[in-house]
Amino acid sequence: MADDASRDRDEHGHEHGHAHGGSELSEMDLRVRTLESLLVEKGYVDPKTLDALIETYETKVGPHNGAHVVAKAWADPQYRKWLLEDATAAIASLGYSGRQGEHMVALENTERVHNMVVCTLCSCYPWPVLGLPPVWYKSTPYRSRTVIDPRGVLAEFGVKLSADVELRVWDSTAEIRYLVLPLRPAGTDGWAEHRLAALVTRDSMIGTGVAKAPQPAHERS
Amino acid sequence: MNGVHDMGGMQGFGPVVAEANEPRFHHEWERRAFALTLGMGALGQWNLDQSRSARESLPPVQYLASSYYEIWFEALIRLMLERGLVREGELADGKMRTPALPAPAPLKADAVPAVLARGSSTQRPLTGRSRFAVGDRVRTLNINPPTHTRLPRYCRGKPGTIVKVHGAHVFPDSNALGAGEQPRWLYAVRFEAADLWGHDTTATAVNVDCWEPYLEPR
Repeated sequence: MADDASRDRDEHGHEHGHAHGGSELSEMDLRVRTLESLLVEKGYVDPKTLDALIETYETKVGPHNGAHVVAKAWADPQYRKWLLEDATAAIASLGYSGRQGEHMVALENTERVHNMVVCTLCSCYPWPVLGLPPVWYKSTPYRSRTVIDPRGVLAEFGVKLSADVELRVWDSTAEIRYLVLPLRPAGTDGWAEHRLAALVTRDSMIGTGVAKAPQPAHERS
Repeated sequence: MNGVHDMGGMQGFGPVVAEANEPRFHHEWERRAFALTLGMGALGQWNLDQSRSARESLPPVQYLASSYYEIWFEALIRLMLERGLVREGELADGKMRTPALPAPAPLKADAVPAVLARGSSTQRPLTGRSRFAVGDRVRTLNINPPTHTRLPRYCRGKPGTIVKVHGAHVFPDSNALGAGEQPRWLYAVRFEAADLWGHDTTATAVNVDCWEPYLEPR
């Protein structure tokens, strides 16, 4: 990109990126557009399919799926047992299955054990329950440090665990995808599933966060 | 391969910076590059392990300087060039100069939900019993293949304990080479953090999924 920008300056005496014709396209925009038109012309891909793939992961699949799973496990002891024994089947029973979640394992956080998930080698992440990973999950700092200094990473997320909590890191090196079952917040006894689901954050299901505490009644809007 | 992608335990990359209210994609090209990767993958011209191998085979400096979707995009191009699905000259202007190679019909939009929901299981039936059971004490081999492997450097030659038997799964080390799936038993292995890092760690244990050929009894 730097090369293109300097070339533009050389040719036109001022910097205007790729503003030819009024559009602002980066080098990556141009390269990806060029490739897409070539692959469509060759008949390898159908643009409508690309739109459907994007729409699926931009609007349909996301951490609300995982929050549903966790809330049900908090509310229903039988489901919790099933989830911990056979997460793939228990999660599929709620309609979440398939790509990048073919083989699921649920990791139970307790007062004594905190689980945290990483993929040091690439970016493995349980898509059907959490959607696509955030940039930080795929970043070199997270991938490099989590296996050696998870408490340091947690501190950057504002999470401080007591020193006697066992911290287990799970490196997703195979096609097993891990979902953390966070600790249920105190003060939620008898809550219905949908209310519990609102307390489940994405990060609490990766292990870089904990579930939200319920707001005291007088603070609730 | 002992590449820069194998970064578990490396230091100096700085803090983890999480973006508040992060969008699913940051640029339009990320959407299209993501979908092109999935759409081309659906043609079955390469497998998952070949795809990962292509990504981690990018030049190290380029790998570290790239965003993850840039890595995906560069690897996609590499995979297509290697198989003759596209030619260098065609990438410059997007004009088709060589006919398409015979390939399955492209994935149709209305098939997307079913294809994604089905996914692509890597578990395979395997007759015979696994060599190890939960509780067994094992040691990872000290291997350094120049080709694709899923045994990270930080846990090679280390003592561990089997905590879960996942069944038999496609073996990436052979599948990435196009040498067949060669399914092997897969285990979750627990390594005590002190065995990996000495005193310089804040973890209690690190669990890593290891295929049977990575392990020996101890």
